[in-house]
Amino acid sequence: MRSTTIPIRPADRPAPSSAFEYIATKKDELVGWARKFSLFPYPFVTACCAMEFMAVSATPYDTDRFGAALPRFSPRQSDLLMVVGTVTHKQAPILLKVYEQMCEPKWVMAFGVCATSGGFYQNYAALAGIDKIIPVDIYVPGCPPRPEMVIDGIMRLQEKIAASHHPILTKDF
Amino acid sequence: MQNRIANPVRPAFDKTERADDVIVNIGPSHPATHGTIQIIAALDGERVKRVDVHCGYLHRGFEKECESHTWANLIPYVDRLNYCSALINNFAYCEAVETLMGIEITPRCRYLRTLLSEYSRVADHLTCVAAALMELGAMTAFLYLVMIRDYIYEHLADLTGARVTYSYGRIGGLAHDLPEGWLKRLDEILGQYEVFVARIHGLVDRNRIFIDRMRDVGVISTADALDFGFTGPILRSTGVPRDLRRDTPYLAYAELDFDVPVGIKGDNYDRYYVRMREMDESVHMIRQLMDMLPEGPINVDDRRCTLPDKQLVYSEIESLINHFKLIMDGPQVPAGEVYRAHESANGELGFYIVSTGEGTPYKVHARAPSFVHMGGVHLMLEGYQLADMVPTFGSVNMIGGECDR
Amino acid sequence: MAAVLDLLQQRLTGHVREASLVHGTLALIVAPGELLVVVQRLKTEFQFDIFLDVTAVDWLGQEPRFEVVYHFYSTRHFVRVRLKTRVAEADPTLDSLVSLYGSARYMERECHDMYGIVFRDNPDLRPILLYEGFVGHPLRKDYPKEQEQPLVPYRND
Repeated sequence: MRSTTIPIRPADRPAPSSAFEYIATKKDELVGWARKFSLFPYPFVTACCAMEFMAVSATPYDTDRFGAALPRFSPRQSDLLMVVGTVTHKQAPILLKVYEQMCEPKWVMAFGVCATSGGFYQNYAALAGIDKIIPVDIYVPGCPPRPEMVIDGIMRLQEKIAASHHPILTKDF
Repeated sequence: MQNRIANPVRPAFDKTERADDVIVNIGPSHPATHGTIQIIAALDGERVKRVDVHCGYLHRGFEKECESHTWANLIPYVDRLNYCSALINNFAYCEAVETLMGIEITPRCRYLRTLLSEYSRVADHLTCVAAALMELGAMTAFLYLVMIRDYIYEHLADLTGARVTYSYGRIGGLAHDLPEGWLKRLDEILGQYEVFVARIHGLVDRNRIFIDRMRDVGVISTADALDFGFTGPILRSTGVPRDLRRDTPYLAYAELDFDVPVGIKGDNYDRYYVRMREMDESVHMIRQLMDMLPEGPINVDDRRCTLPDKQLVYSEIESLINHFKLIMDGPQVPAGEVYRAHESANGELGFYIVSTGEGTPYKVHARAPSFVHMGGVHLMLEGYQLADMVPTFGSVNMIGGECDR
Repeated sequence: MAAVLDLLQQRLTGHVREASLVHGTLALIVAPGELLVVVQRLKTEFQFDIFLDVTAVDWLGQEPRFEVVYHFYSTRHFVRVRLKTRVAEADPTLDSLVSLYGSARYMERECHDMYGIVFRDNPDLRPILLYEGFVGHPLRKDYPKEQEQPLVPYRND
């Protein structure tokens, strides 16, 4: 997650006590735990990877086990942008618009090798990887990736969320 | 402050007839547009007055890629056209190249290609019906159909190595022969298919809500359908029994016994039912083909296109050179042009290829049924409600890879 | 099937420059000015009711440069026919078939997008597979495959 925080001038702030730091860490762990198990994906589906996205959302490779089953088709209500399939230059403005409409905290999964790097479409039409226009948190390669690979990607993303800093009250806490 | 994001399309209209009408943009990132189609609709309340359909959001430059790869290297690209039934694309393309080269495939290959085409067709129709039903709210039906489709994917992964985009066809034959026990598992899957599909029929066919949402919605007449180039299940749903497998038989279809299901009115319900019946016919064909499969080689014994046996490549110099030339330069296809069409799950999928005698094509053009259908889908959307757009679009089975190539 | 093709060859000899049977499909070569007349006759006299496809081949170095290829299918006789015509690079204009077939609208748009062939009387030649602001016609042989024209500026993170 890219954040543009305002730098804090150390002289303005007193050094935090160890009790405060303990509480802040526990808060991060709690919020991280809650967020990682309640991911609301926005399936930005374009191409063939959609077949595997459907397979991974349905039985037997259920993403509901990870809390990531309920898709929200509005960017305002979702927090995980799954870019599934090739993004072409024509589609790129739409992807950027959807990404910008999502509220923090948000994560991006590049599902499939076309979203990761353009796949084998290295030509005038396809965007060679979505990280050229939006920041990506987890790349799941494969053409299309097997559902197990997608689940592995979701689990790694969950580890990343669990380990990151979650400011909820102010930018510092 | 963020710079204004560019708009990739110019709508056909930006004013409506009446001042009260509203212009709404649906897509291209929308759950009901099956990928990437943008529909700009002028609405009078809930009624759709006029639509402007924009495709092209998945244009990946397939035809340009074709001009810089060898004939054999194109098979993965061809797979990703209609990715729901990738094997049909493989075989249609391979047949076009084989016609130009003057190659006739072996009998076992012919029957196997027919069997796998029908198997892919079942997978495609399952996907279409599952997505359409899910969008109407029938989540259980979606889960049942995707379960069966998953069995088919795993089964095809046993054969080809991949679940969705197989790259199994080869010029002159297939990649390799069936593994042990494949046909037995096929029999089991077909049995399970019947169980699952019977459940779907029970859930949906006479369901009041389903009928209200699908009957008399998205109607297209035969004359309009022919005028706008519709083929496949959409044309058949209007009552015209046109099917390339029956009218101009190719592969082994002339020897099979099957019906061509047709609809009555050309509405969404008919399209749904035509697809369900076509799946049953495909299963019937697969059962016949399982008994008819002859023994024999898979690949034609022609050094111009078939890779030599690995043992020979490692021991003889001629085979080594042959292998090298085939991989590096590609099979040398004589100069000429050909158009070959197969009946894919959406209609007539044609490949027009132009060769100048080299190992890379001069031009490959895929005649995609979905693209042509997008030109006529406005007839099915205009005049109906906004909410009707969802089942209508689902019943058209627009596949982005095929539409935009 | 062969009977229809023979009939075609006989009846259309006035308008058609060349007719040949290529891998089972009848290919007719017509002059650009005769295109609409021939297609009209194909549709009304010979019941070629489905307009399958229009595409072009770029013969870079030859004059005229573009060969525009049409395919039609008859649901009555179950045959296909191919029609080819040549247009020059300086004036790649042809008559549009929208007056005969509704499917011509989108297919001619695609041909225009990819090759730059202008179809007179097609009311709508906006880009269909490409986007507004794309300069050039990518399937022409002199357009480099990897020349991208991004709409969104790239990040430099």
